[in-house]
Amino acid sequence: MHRILAIIERDLRRFRRSPTLILVAMIMPLVQLVVLGYAFGGVIKDLHVGVVDEDHGMQAVKLKEMFEAVHANARTFDTTPYNDMGAAIKDLRDGKINAVLNIPPLFSRKVLAGFNPDIALIEDNTDQFVSATLEGTFTGMLVPYNEKPPLPHTTAGATLSVVEVYPYVPYIQYLLPGTIVLSIFVSAMIGGGIIFIDDKARGLHEGYLVTPISKLDLILGFNLAGAIKAILAGFVLITVGSLIAGIPDPLNVFRMARLMLLVVMTSLALISMMFLLMVRVSDPLVPRAIFGVLNTVLYFPSGAVYPANSFPAWMKAIAMVDPFTYAVHGFKELILKNTGLWAISFDLAFLAVFTLIMMTAATMLFKRTL
Amino acid sequence: MFDVEVENITKSFGDFVAVGGLSFNVEHGEVFGLLGPNGAGKSTLIRMLTTLVPPTSGTARVGGFDVARAANDVRKVIGVIPQAMTSDLDLSAEENMSIFAKLYGIPKEKRKRTITELLESVDLIQWRDKPVKMFSGGMRRRLEIARGLVHEPKIFFLDEPTTGLDPVSRVSVWEMLTRLKKEHDLTILVTTHYMDEADKLCDRIAIVDHGKLVALDSPLKLKASIPGKNVLEVSFSNVPAGWEETVKALPDVADVKAEENIFRISSHNGPATTVAVLDAAREAGITVTSLSVQSTTLDDVFVHYTGHQLRDSLQAPDAADSPFVLARG
Repeated sequence: MHRILAIIERDLRRFRRSPTLILVAMIMPLVQLVVLGYAFGGVIKDLHVGVVDEDHGMQAVKLKEMFEAVHANARTFDTTPYNDMGAAIKDLRDGKINAVLNIPPLFSRKVLAGFNPDIALIEDNTDQFVSATLEGTFTGMLVPYNEKPPLPHTTAGATLSVVEVYPYVPYIQYLLPGTIVLSIFVSAMIGGGIIFIDDKARGLHEGYLVTPISKLDLILGFNLAGAIKAILAGFVLITVGSLIAGIPDPLNVFRMARLMLLVVMTSLALISMMFLLMVRVSDPLVPRAIFGVLNTVLYFPSGAVYPANSFPAWMKAIAMVDPFTYAVHGFKELILKNTGLWAISFDLAFLAVFTLIMMTAATMLFKRTL
Repeated sequence: MFDVEVENITKSFGDFVAVGGLSFNVEHGEVFGLLGPNGAGKSTLIRMLTTLVPPTSGTARVGGFDVARAANDVRKVIGVIPQAMTSDLDLSAEENMSIFAKLYGIPKEKRKRTITELLESVDLIQWRDKPVKMFSGGMRRRLEIARGLVHEPKIFFLDEPTTGLDPVSRVSVWEMLTRLKKEHDLTILVTTHYMDEADKLCDRIAIVDHGKLVALDSPLKLKASIPGKNVLEVSFSNVPAGWEETVKALPDVADVKAEENIFRISSHNGPATTVAVLDAAREAGITVTSLSVQSTTLDDVFVHYTGHQLRDSLQAPDAADSPFVLARG
């Protein structure tokens, strides 16, 4: 036991003297959280729509007044009047405007006659987010036109009433669980990957191997030392990250305790995975080379940035065995829904079994000689 | 019983035989030097004896324990200073020692005392709480020597302990080793490239080449074992005409180079030529103002046994040579 502690002590003393690497591991995911959170999460505003009014009737004026109201309040778009379609389409293709709204001749008359009035939206569909926003806004505006007085002897139109169970979740909060796991992963990658292999290459492990330390003590020492640093990174992220993302009641003690349990389980799972990957590696280039690839392969399929339901089958298969998936799911439950431990019991069980499998395999492959 | 008994030990990596059937014994209290060109198999041999690499065949017993079957017992009685400097740069001298004391399972009270004693004996006590990154190469080496002794080993292995150190640090490292050897009753196995060091400090020297033992004896006997080639430097008070020819004709003289009245005489037999030169000078009425005889050095022995050609051969790249290793302790 004291030998395991000696290895941990050495690692932590070194970390205290030059904490740069692990600080990077905490700051990098935080920066990503803030940048990604605001880059993707915001409401789309200030689009430009060209309006070609070929109707000039009362209903067209009413529509244009509604556009002005949108411009003044939600600021989703502003409008520019065009006299003919040709000029409007040209500007659309040149990227000066995002869409052209055409109010065809006889629009007002058709509205009054109840004779299927339609307006056309010609849009630049290269940006799906922009076109979806415009379609949504305009469809919303046309709703009043479609409300007809219910006629007797016809079935009533069904409507969907939405009940939201949780308060509105901004994208930055949606991202936070993935960011916490990412920071644990980056410290595991640096502590259990890069520093581990550098120490090996520099002969530090040779110093351990000539002492009467057992193979198991060495493995436990290396893994626990790495896990402690990863847990530290995770702890910083669940506190600082929650504050940055604006999680309600961020420092609730009971939730923090549940979060810490998940941080510990995630750290052990990721460190043991890293240890297995590095157990036979001696070239310091290897952990650096696989860093980016591993990061992408584990982080994105986990559902941290986009729901896994949209993935193709092969990616779902990765997600099934990816420890990130279960860690991210667990953190989402705890942070976004403030659930109890029962809700994440499967995640915890998966991480525990995963750690066990990784450690067993690594112990079998670990050589106590050079 | 010998402290180190090596019997027909072999290590091959695939087709490459790094150490091919070496046998030798090291007595208790001996300083045993291992010499050999780069890539001769010295480090592999040391690694087998220190349980870092299992032998392919043959046996080695260190401190009475088999390196393959009782590796942990061997580890308890040996201290090892590897070729690379492996102290932690971010930690202080004392912390470096303390971590290793803990790895060896030394109890707390004893730990403190042993570390202080050892740091005193390597003259680092005043720097005990300073980070090792502020140490010079010689100071780091001395710290590593102290670290290697923290569990009071009986047998001490050092792989090129003075390589890369300046002459003053080299001398101080060796002085310390000699003193520690006496104080701690150590048996020392050391590899070095410095022949003068080996000559002065080793009781016996093994020359290894191509993984084989090519010579093993005390430095004196090794030097006597090769065909002698002595050089005499003689200054005469005055030099008569034809004196150079007279000297050339003396017994066992191979070559003479003269510069005014200083003669440099190569001889096959130093003692015989010395007597002959002195006799000839007396007969001619010339005073010899100075005379020195340079005997065979261990360098000559080394070159004699390992040949002159350069050993340019390819070897597996060292991971520490990668440009990606961080400059960190």
